[in-house]
Amino acid sequence: MTVTVLAVDDSRTMRNLLDAALSEAGFDVRFAEDGAEGLKCLSEAAPDVVITDINMPRLDGFGFIETVRRDHGNRALPILVLTTESGTELKARARDAGATGWIVKPFDEEKLIAAIERVTAA
Amino acid sequence: MTQSSNDIRESFFQECEDLLETLGEGLRRLDHEGEDIDTVHAVFRAVHSIKGGAGAFGLDALVAFAHRFETALDEVRAGRLARDVAAMRLFHRAGDHLGDMVAAARAGSGPDDGETARLQAELEALIGEPAEDEDEAEAGAGAAFEPMTLDLPALAAPEAGATRYTITFAPEAALYSSGNDPVLVFRALARLGALSAQADIDAVPPLEDLDWREARLRWTLTLVTEEPEEVIREVFEFVEGNCALDISREADEGAPPEAPAGLEVTPELDDFLGAHEADGERASDPAPEVAPVPADDSAPPARPTGQVPGQGGAEAGTRTSATIRVNLDRVDRLINLVGELVIKEAMLSQSISQAGLPAESDVSSGLDGLKQLAGEIQEGVMAIRAQPVKSMFQRMFRIVRETAEISGKRVRLVTQGEHAEVDKTVIERLVDPLTHMIRNAIDHGLEAPQARAAAGKPEEGTLILSASHRSGRVMIDVSDDGAGIDRARVQAAAERKGLVAPGADLAPAEIDNLLFAPGFSSKEEVSNLSGRGVGLDVVKSEIQSLGGRVSITSERGEGTTFSISLPLTLAVLEGMVAEVAGQTIVVPITAVQETLQPAKAGLHAVGRTGRVVESRGELVPIIDLGLAFGYRGPLERLDGHVLLLVETDANRRCALVVDHIHDQRQVVIKSLEDNYGRVAGVAAATILGDGRIALIIDPDEIASTSAGAEPAPEDIPLAAAE
Amino acid sequence: MSDRPSPPPGTDQEVVAFRVAEQDFCVDIMAVREIRGWTQATILPHAPTYVKGVINLRGAVVPVLDLSARLGLGALDPGPRHVIIIAMIDGQTVGLLADVVSDILSVSSDRLQPVPDIASEAAKTYITGVIATEERMIRKIDLERVLPPLQRVAA
Repeated sequence: MTVTVLAVDDSRTMRNLLDAALSEAGFDVRFAEDGAEGLKCLSEAAPDVVITDINMPRLDGFGFIETVRRDHGNRALPILVLTTESGTELKARARDAGATGWIVKPFDEEKLIAAIERVTAA
Repeated sequence: MTQSSNDIRESFFQECEDLLETLGEGLRRLDHEGEDIDTVHAVFRAVHSIKGGAGAFGLDALVAFAHRFETALDEVRAGRLARDVAAMRLFHRAGDHLGDMVAAARAGSGPDDGETARLQAELEALIGEPAEDEDEAEAGAGAAFEPMTLDLPALAAPEAGATRYTITFAPEAALYSSGNDPVLVFRALARLGALSAQADIDAVPPLEDLDWREARLRWTLTLVTEEPEEVIREVFEFVEGNCALDISREADEGAPPEAPAGLEVTPELDDFLGAHEADGERASDPAPEVAPVPADDSAPPARPTGQVPGQGGAEAGTRTSATIRVNLDRVDRLINLVGELVIKEAMLSQSISQAGLPAESDVSSGLDGLKQLAGEIQEGVMAIRAQPVKSMFQRMFRIVRETAEISGKRVRLVTQGEHAEVDKTVIERLVDPLTHMIRNAIDHGLEAPQARAAAGKPEEGTLILSASHRSGRVMIDVSDDGAGIDRARVQAAAERKGLVAPGADLAPAEIDNLLFAPGFSSKEEVSNLSGRGVGLDVVKSEIQSLGGRVSITSERGEGTTFSISLPLTLAVLEGMVAEVAGQTIVVPITAVQETLQPAKAGLHAVGRTGRVVESRGELVPIIDLGLAFGYRGPLERLDGHVLLLVETDANRRCALVVDHIHDQRQVVIKSLEDNYGRVAGVAAATILGDGRIALIIDPDEIASTSAGAEPAPEDIPLAAAE
Repeated sequence: MSDRPSPPPGTDQEVVAFRVAEQDFCVDIMAVREIRGWTQATILPHAPTYVKGVINLRGAVVPVLDLSARLGLGALDPGPRHVIIIAMIDGQTVGLLADVVSDILSVSSDRLQPVPDIASEAAKTYITGVIATEERMIRKIDLERVLPPLQRVAA
């Protein structure tokens, strides 16, 4: 079954990179440009996994995850945070917000896909 | 829709342009406005996104620099760093440099390491800590899944042979509520080697006491693997903080690989792992003593695929971008084809009129419809090439900042009408002349702060850069509120340089126009800013080569405005179609000041073949296009011909002789250079309604290459004497 | 800017043969795009005499060269009976003015002989070789050299 990935990132480049890597690998990739749009897309796109950036306008990655977990009560949806920060502080913050895991930019395709596989039943 | 990595790389640079624009705009807003945390966020995000993309393409220097910059901005964002004038100035410079680095990366050249290092050091000094956590810099090294730095004892796994690990794993509730799943952890572990697991349900209370928010289940896992401990740790990376974890290595390597006594695999684990991953080794495990744990609600997460909404998912793909990127060649091909269409349509209507069909016939009205459609398509296609002038205007802020710094003046740049659109090529070719005009305005137009204060003006000068559409053209104005043109000084300088006769009676506009004369520079010493060997004459000829015109208005003490008027596109041109010696030529309408009948005009013979015509109290040299182009020999008389008074480079004028004027119309510009080359005096070609080619003349070149037109008006008698 | 590598001996090569000023010439058929009747050309100022002007070829501005003048055989006075051979050389499209196109010939490359010494200097400059048939001698034209040298623009 095709795994649907919702990628939430305000950077066009990052969306292009994710698209190239994931579409190639057979994932169905949907996009949102910030957290607020990501929330809107959730029910329609029904992703199996979400990849989200942290720094975004309107609603950032932390806010996005918190809303999914708290307001939507969706605690099972795997959400991976895309971050350039490798510092433990941000990861801890992401975890506190309810992130399932993280992907450190720049990613290579293998690691990206491995991360998705790690948090999905794919 | 996947793209090649080159496309993505290119799209990164395009995005960088937008981000740099956002950055520049944001920084300027921070300069002038009060605390605005949203702007600080936007500025931070712009730098952050550039860094992120740069990392993906291995642009390490860019990543490192953006990182320093971003860190400083983050300090501002967190309120730990004051946004004072010095800091803002540094941010502007860093922003400019970031733009340079992006441009260098795009061009594939190395960045200016000296400036990079200098700014990096300044940013670090601002942050107040020396090159902080270097582990950030590795972001460029392609590291994904950055291993967390754990204080692990350096356990060197044996090179050969499997090691048995005992892992105790007790998830906390938070693990389940963050989309993680122990089963997935087990599955990953099973991939590393032979895994057996035993659920420890001692902590699970009787059902009636069970609180679903608590996680009580714990596992003891045994993994026999050749992988080192780090790899096992990595499996737990995402759940590390949400569980109690202990991994210990059994010293006894000789131990048989089968599961030690007492370890059992829970049926649910078996289910989830699936037969192919179970490695057959855990085959005959007895059933657990206790039935599977009653629903710890959050435990085995339902796959979100269960949430597919009832109605059609067709709309699900939300790609919000409403623009597409198109190769410019394709657009240009389309423009050419539409040009063809317009020409074909003109040819058709010509043959229809020759066929003598009545004006009300179906054919004629059908043709009218076609004509209108062709016109609209042409307009629509041209609009594809149109771009707002905003990006060009944005670049000028840096020019202003740098020029102001060097000249010791205080300048504020205000932009207006930056959404006005012009052909992309026009924009590209306008950057240099505009840059020069901006420098000129700061260097020569605006006064030094003290002088301004003495004149009762604010010390900070204002430069207004504005764009607007006016009757099918784009006007771009550069206005300063400086001292205005000192006409007496300009005239004196022009006299000294031999540009005008001493004591000539010149109108204010004529004096102003001397600024565009080749070799004119009103400052006594060539400034290191607008000097650079380029004068306003070059600016003017650049603009004219774009089919534009530039003019000056100035008020003493109030300021000076340079106005550039440009065509909206370079693909069509408004031209006057005329006949010369049986050849049809097109004169760009922008150059034509007026048409004269030689019989009524005051003609004077100069020398043997030279002629001049009097116009507005000036003697203007006459050039016969037929002679200049070698179509015919010298004309005996000009009666019956028409004079086109054209303004040429350096504000000289000349009168071109044509036999008669057909009409005035828009013509599609065709390159002569594709299959032939440049022809002196010819700007381009076009195709007329009869399908024949007509040459579009370049009045400037004709005037400057034809004998008799070289000298300024007052020198004519001398030229004629030879 | 050398000619395309000459085919191995014995290989057949197709050429378009035509007549200019009572003489037979030919060009490689691969370079020929089409042949059309004479249309009035727009005169280019300051052009060499062998450049007759430019014509509109489906929206492209194409120069027309008078081969006769170029080869020193005297300028043609083109009329409705003349033809223009549209050729493409290095991405550049040009028209060659000819009296008439006579033939399309298949020539084995070993029949291509060096230019005889008796030929004029101008002819030698623009001709890569001659093909002798029973009744005539066909001169093969080096299209690249025929182009007006100064007008070639850097790509």
